[in-house]
Amino acid sequence: MQEQEIDIAALQRLALRVREHIIRLSTDGGCFIGASLSCADILVYLYSHYLNISPSTLKDQNRDYLFLSKGHDVPALYATLAELGYFEISRLQNHLKTNDFIYWHPNTQIPGIEFHSGSLGHLPSVALGVAYDIFLKGGNNKVIVITGDGELNEGSVWETLLVANAYKLNNYTLVVDRNFFQANMATEELIPLEPLEAKFEAFGCAVRRINGHNFEQIHQTFQQLPFSLEKPSVIIADTVRGKGLPSIEARADRWFCNFTKEEVEALIQELHGVQRANLESQTLTVR
Amino acid sequence: MNYETLLQETVLKDEKYIVMTAENRALIRNLPPILGRRFIDTGITEQCMVGMAAGLAVCGRVPIIHALATFLTLRAFEFIRTDVGIPALPVKLSSFVPGFLSEANGPTHQALEDIALMRSIPHMQVFAPADEQDMLLALPTIWSSPYPSYCRINLRKPNYSHQPFELGKAEVITEGSDLTILVYGTLFAEALETLSLLTSKGLSVGLINLRSLQPIDENCILQAVKHSRYIVTIEDHFLVGGLYSILAELLLKKQITANVIPFALNSRWYKPALLADVLKYEGFTAPQLTQSILHYLDAN
Repeated sequence: MQEQEIDIAALQRLALRVREHIIRLSTDGGCFIGASLSCADILVYLYSHYLNISPSTLKDQNRDYLFLSKGHDVPALYATLAELGYFEISRLQNHLKTNDFIYWHPNTQIPGIEFHSGSLGHLPSVALGVAYDIFLKGGNNKVIVITGDGELNEGSVWETLLVANAYKLNNYTLVVDRNFFQANMATEELIPLEPLEAKFEAFGCAVRRINGHNFEQIHQTFQQLPFSLEKPSVIIADTVRGKGLPSIEARADRWFCNFTKEEVEALIQELHGVQRANLESQTLTVR
Repeated sequence: MNYETLLQETVLKDEKYIVMTAENRALIRNLPPILGRRFIDTGITEQCMVGMAAGLAVCGRVPIIHALATFLTLRAFEFIRTDVGIPALPVKLSSFVPGFLSEANGPTHQALEDIALMRSIPHMQVFAPADEQDMLLALPTIWSSPYPSYCRINLRKPNYSHQPFELGKAEVITEGSDLTILVYGTLFAEALETLSLLTSKGLSVGLINLRSLQPIDENCILQAVKHSRYIVTIEDHFLVGGLYSILAELLLKKQITANVIPFALNSRWYKPALLADVLKYEGFTAPQLTQSILHYLDAN
């Protein structure tokens, strides 16, 4: 395939706006800010440059599919879809309100969201069903499913990879947002996942590991899909929980946050490199 | 015609149908070469099969999926509820060896809460045909309905010639003023024989084959409650959540009461054995049911 040029500066500007939205969603009830910030760059890249889908082709038969299985990072998806015109940016102000459907997990009331999620380990198999339908039709649509790394604790993920491998579905790509944290603690301190490439390879997948915040690497890797004609593909995207906000980056206690209005403004300043925010709010324990 | 030939005919006629199994091939052994890619065996992965079926259904397919009743409804329950149930996708669950039909397998294989679980899912249609003929009459309607469905597969040979199937309608075998038996699924045969034994004792006995538990034929049940002095429920299910509960909910909703004699498994699993011995051990043969009912009537 001819490699497309990408405008990295434009992607970075878009990712910055997406992160601003995520921070603004982390008040008045809050959101899963850490996981949202870690996968923001991947989502921005996929919807801007990779997936054959747009606000005018939401039901197009030839569209590509993205399934966000780690549903709690949906603020990154809301923000990306809103910025790219799938729905009005002003709707983000309806976050957690009963007059809209902008809640803590994805749902199909939001234009661009193909399937709801929230319970971990589900969408790898749902996405596999879509990939199989495309295989039956002989289509070229790509199917991407994004999981968290903590989500890899769920046996159903591995069940699905066994089946994907058995049917040699090369239109199926699992992307792991490898931010090294699950809800309460570092993955390697609870249920160690490394060596992760070897695990996926042993399950019959063709694997690449990249820096999930480096647009050049992300682009080069996705352009090489499928990595094998005989196997499903896996991209392990090494990321940083809370990426973009040094005061919450890579911290076990910054998973779900409900900041004050002042803290949100301070975090926006921090995002733009003005000065580090001083945070008093504690992480809420919801798990 | 049997289950497999009906399924084959249905799937070959319409591209939207997909046959799936979590390596339970007892009913569909001959289909892989005939259906080719539209036969998907996911191996022993009930969760993956149900999730995958939901993905296929999103694309406009109607997957008809197979597994043993316990593994399908229990192992994969959250996938059924969350991936199939929330969007109400037309995934068709065929559950093998439900209720007493798991015979000597033991409690791990005894699906005695499947009706309770499945009917708790909004829009899920729940069917329990009386025998093979009753099932074959119902399946075309079940498979063409736009809703998700759960069907207790029943291969018992018929001892009755059933009426055409109508979704949401029970089959009234007889009407009676002394008592009416409500039954679903494989115990229909015993209920039919019980009807005959009780009738020979001079009682006026009604018998209703419910066929569908969700939607339930409320009018039919209410008519029976109105015209019979006693209602008997017979089911190979836990007492909790099945027909007895459905009847209780209906009576409460209508603010009426009835004199109900329930036959079900009350807080216990059944003795594993071949079907005839299970029925005898658990008191579900027709002579035993007749005896229990007469005893109850005498005591009241």
